[in-house]
Amino acid sequence: MDKEIVFRTEDLTKVYDTGEVKVYALAGVDLDLFAGELTVLLGPSGSGKSTLLNILGGLDHATSGKVWFHDRELTQLRDRGLTQFRRDHVGFVFQFYNLVPSLTARENVQLVTDVARDPMRPEEALERVGLAHRIDHFPAELSGGEQQRVAIARAVAKRPEILLCDEPTGALDSATGTQVLEVLRGVNDELGTSTVVITHNAEIRKMAHRVLYFQDGKLSRVETNEHRLSPAEIVW
Amino acid sequence: MDALDIKLWRDFKRLWAQSLAIALVMAAGVAVLLMSFGMSKALDETRDTYYERNRFADVFVDARSVPMSMLATIQTLEGVAAAEARVTTHATLDIDGKSRATVVYVNSLPETGVPLLNVPILRRGTLPDPNASDQVALNEPFAKANDLWPGDRLAINLNGTKREVTVTGWLLSPEFIYTIGPGSLIPDDEDYGILWMPERALAAVLDRTGAFDNLTLKLRPGFDPKPVIEELDRLLEPYGSWGAIDRTEQVSNAFIDGEINQLKTLAYILPPVFLGITVFLVNMVMGRIVTLERTEIGLLKALGYTNLDVCLHYLFLSGLVAAVGVVIGWAAGSWLSFGLAKLYANFFKFPYLIYNVSWNTYIVSGLLGFAAATFGAIRSAMAAARLSPATAMSPPAPPRFKRSWIDRALAAVRVSQPTMMILRSLIRWPIRAAMSILGMALAVSILVSSNFFPDSLDVIIDSAFRQSNRQHAVLFFNDLMPESALEEARRLPGVLQAEGQQYLTAVFRKDHYEKRVVVEARRPGNDLSRVVDTNGQPIDAPTDGVMLSRRLAAQLHVGVGDTVEAEFRGTRHGTFELPVTALITQYFGLGAYLDQGMADRMFQQSSQTSIVNVTLDPAFDEAFQERLKELPKLGGSAMMIENREGFQETISQNILITTTIYVILGVLITVGVAYNGARIQLSERARELASLRILGFTRAEVGFILVGEIMLLALLAQPLGWWLGWAIAKLMAESFTSDLYAIPLVLKPATFSQASLVVLGAALVSVLIVRRQLDRLNLVSVMKTRE
Repeated sequence: MDKEIVFRTEDLTKVYDTGEVKVYALAGVDLDLFAGELTVLLGPSGSGKSTLLNILGGLDHATSGKVWFHDRELTQLRDRGLTQFRRDHVGFVFQFYNLVPSLTARENVQLVTDVARDPMRPEEALERVGLAHRIDHFPAELSGGEQQRVAIARAVAKRPEILLCDEPTGALDSATGTQVLEVLRGVNDELGTSTVVITHNAEIRKMAHRVLYFQDGKLSRVETNEHRLSPAEIVW
Repeated sequence: MDALDIKLWRDFKRLWAQSLAIALVMAAGVAVLLMSFGMSKALDETRDTYYERNRFADVFVDARSVPMSMLATIQTLEGVAAAEARVTTHATLDIDGKSRATVVYVNSLPETGVPLLNVPILRRGTLPDPNASDQVALNEPFAKANDLWPGDRLAINLNGTKREVTVTGWLLSPEFIYTIGPGSLIPDDEDYGILWMPERALAAVLDRTGAFDNLTLKLRPGFDPKPVIEELDRLLEPYGSWGAIDRTEQVSNAFIDGEINQLKTLAYILPPVFLGITVFLVNMVMGRIVTLERTEIGLLKALGYTNLDVCLHYLFLSGLVAAVGVVIGWAAGSWLSFGLAKLYANFFKFPYLIYNVSWNTYIVSGLLGFAAATFGAIRSAMAAARLSPATAMSPPAPPRFKRSWIDRALAAVRVSQPTMMILRSLIRWPIRAAMSILGMALAVSILVSSNFFPDSLDVIIDSAFRQSNRQHAVLFFNDLMPESALEEARRLPGVLQAEGQQYLTAVFRKDHYEKRVVVEARRPGNDLSRVVDTNGQPIDAPTDGVMLSRRLAAQLHVGVGDTVEAEFRGTRHGTFELPVTALITQYFGLGAYLDQGMADRMFQQSSQTSIVNVTLDPAFDEAFQERLKELPKLGGSAMMIENREGFQETISQNILITTTIYVILGVLITVGVAYNGARIQLSERARELASLRILGFTRAEVGFILVGEIMLLALLAQPLGWWLGWAIAKLMAESFTSDLYAIPLVLKPATFSQASLVVLGAALVSVLIVRRQLDRLNLVSVMKTRE
């Protein structure tokens, strides 16, 4: 049975024009991402991973080429359409958590549940990431791993179809990093959320269904894991 | 509550000090607006109600011994609704225990007891019995000042006959809200009063049975007084009428008009300044907040919040600041407005105060406050909305510093690195630096422009009392007196010098410009009452034409060399073409001067005198005053020294209140600008300043960068502030100028230096408060956080 395609890109290109030089962040990328799949994007800095993630998530516009989300061509959407797309379908997790410092854990999650169509309760989302006991703490009162877990709770609270994670463990030590990956794996397994994880850490590829390697703005190689490891088994 | 609303509320609480500093500036604008409009409206309404309830007349005219039959003719004039004839005169009172002769304006009460027009309000006691010959009523302020109660007796010198009368009651009249004695500059309730006496008795004493001296008219609603006035002038000219006037020229009403207009002027000058600064402050602070919250903005967008949501979020933040400002402004404005209206009502002796809260004023001032905040925040809020989510998530590019000629110049003067940092920052953000300078300059200007009054008044006092009016006392007569009156005056006890002066009334015309003026006929070389030019040089009236005060010349649109048509009225009447041969600068009235000899030739009459100026030997003061109370023809006297003291006292009380208010306003602006400026500096440079500390700079050295930049801006603001202050003061002086007086623009160095000291002091305190936070900066955490 063919797997359902969530994202498809065709000759996707992004050029940063500084006036003096043109930098090709993405130089014609063609790829498919499948429903329910946990995909890891690997590659050195500047290889185009984050740019791809931003365009997939509707945070940025492509210079040329096309992106489809199911049957909808995202590259046709204007700002308003992209906002609606993000609001309805995408959850983001960032390297630096990006929690609002003036809001508690619960309220940070509430930021999403306030505008989502069919969200879970903030408490439920936080319970899912194991932070039920830290629910009324402000970001400054939480450790890095806890903050990232709040960020994940915030991302999944709206039951998104896709979860896009840019270096989710980049700022964490290995023990907390593992906890965060456990949470991501759990979301992927239990909720069936298609998950894309960008990382510098090659070991993390072992928990993915598929690994996409990027080099100089291009997709250089695709690898499929026959046998996935659990985060706890990954050593880094 | 939505999470976004919670964030809004927490952000607002976190920014409370900055928000309050802005809100207070806005509150000042709202309060002044409310106060000026509230007060002027209250005074307007109180006056209008008082006028209406007590049938304040529309037209007033003085003449001498007009036969009563004329009244019937006048009553039939078109537009006249009611006319009332009165017998009037000036008289001197002899009050027990008071050495000074006291002048009163005596006016008759009709046979019916209660006047038809200008109906007095009985405040205490009763009205005099119309048939009594020894009963009088006094205006309340005068009675209070002299401790004269119903039942008290006093002596009045009427037409040379001294008689004892009893005070029956205290009155207030819309005609005499502002009572100013002949020769005085401000109301002096102790030495000048209004006295009502039954017509029958007064007419008998003054030989006016079947005749009147004064007429007041009520016109039909909406009827133009001009044709009535022209007709009155024609009818009454044979009786020495000085010309009829409408309300605008009625002294009491004109003074109140002037005061109310001053209040309205304030409402137009000050609030725009405060609201303008509010716009700038909100702009500066919101700009910084949006910069700091780039990642949060990106996040909100990543989460699916729309551009409008984000834009509104920041506009609501400024709206909260506005709400605080408007509420404080409303509270302070209501309090000040009501308090000051009461003070003014008291000063004017209104019998009551009508203070209606006008919701319009509240709504307009509130909307202006919110508009200022929104206008200030809109640019940043739009920028936040426009930030693309991907850009927002990455840190902003560091500001571009390029080497320019300024850097080469700075390098040449070899300033220290911290100084370099200060200067570069000013050069890189020139608009912000310029706006901060402008803000503090406006604070300086408010202090300069509010403080110029005392200096101007010093000049007025010097000009009016030391240079122009050097006499110790002025004696007035009810009629023109022959020259021999001067000889009589010289024989009074203690009189050292006596000089005469004659007043004539005329209407001056040039093309379609027309002005009623009092013309002074002067003897050359008069030493006691002089006409002085701006250099302090006494000037004699020209013998070949008329000399005009500059304000009068401006109103008639004439200059030296032009000719005016002068239609003289009263006992010396006739129409002449007079060349304007000189102009002078004057602060009081609209002066016009003729040479006495020239006037005598024009009218083909011998010299006469309206007043006598005298200097006195203080040793004979009591004898002089006693003699004044007996003089038959004397209409009154004014003691110039008391006049001056009264003037200074009244003025200095008012100035103390207003100066205090303006210092508070100036400090509010400075704190608003300097505190917010320093907070933003600290926020932008926390990392930079922490790095310097890690590199081994001392707290003082790092603090210097923060304090230095703001104080440099404050210093640069001074010259601009002085100039703006001068400009605003000029505007205020011009707008306060009326026919009654002109305010000279006098700005002394002390005014500028005081304003600068206040602003520099307030700026230093504000920035030092922020500097204390610099000491608490946690070096490690600052360096670890991601910008």
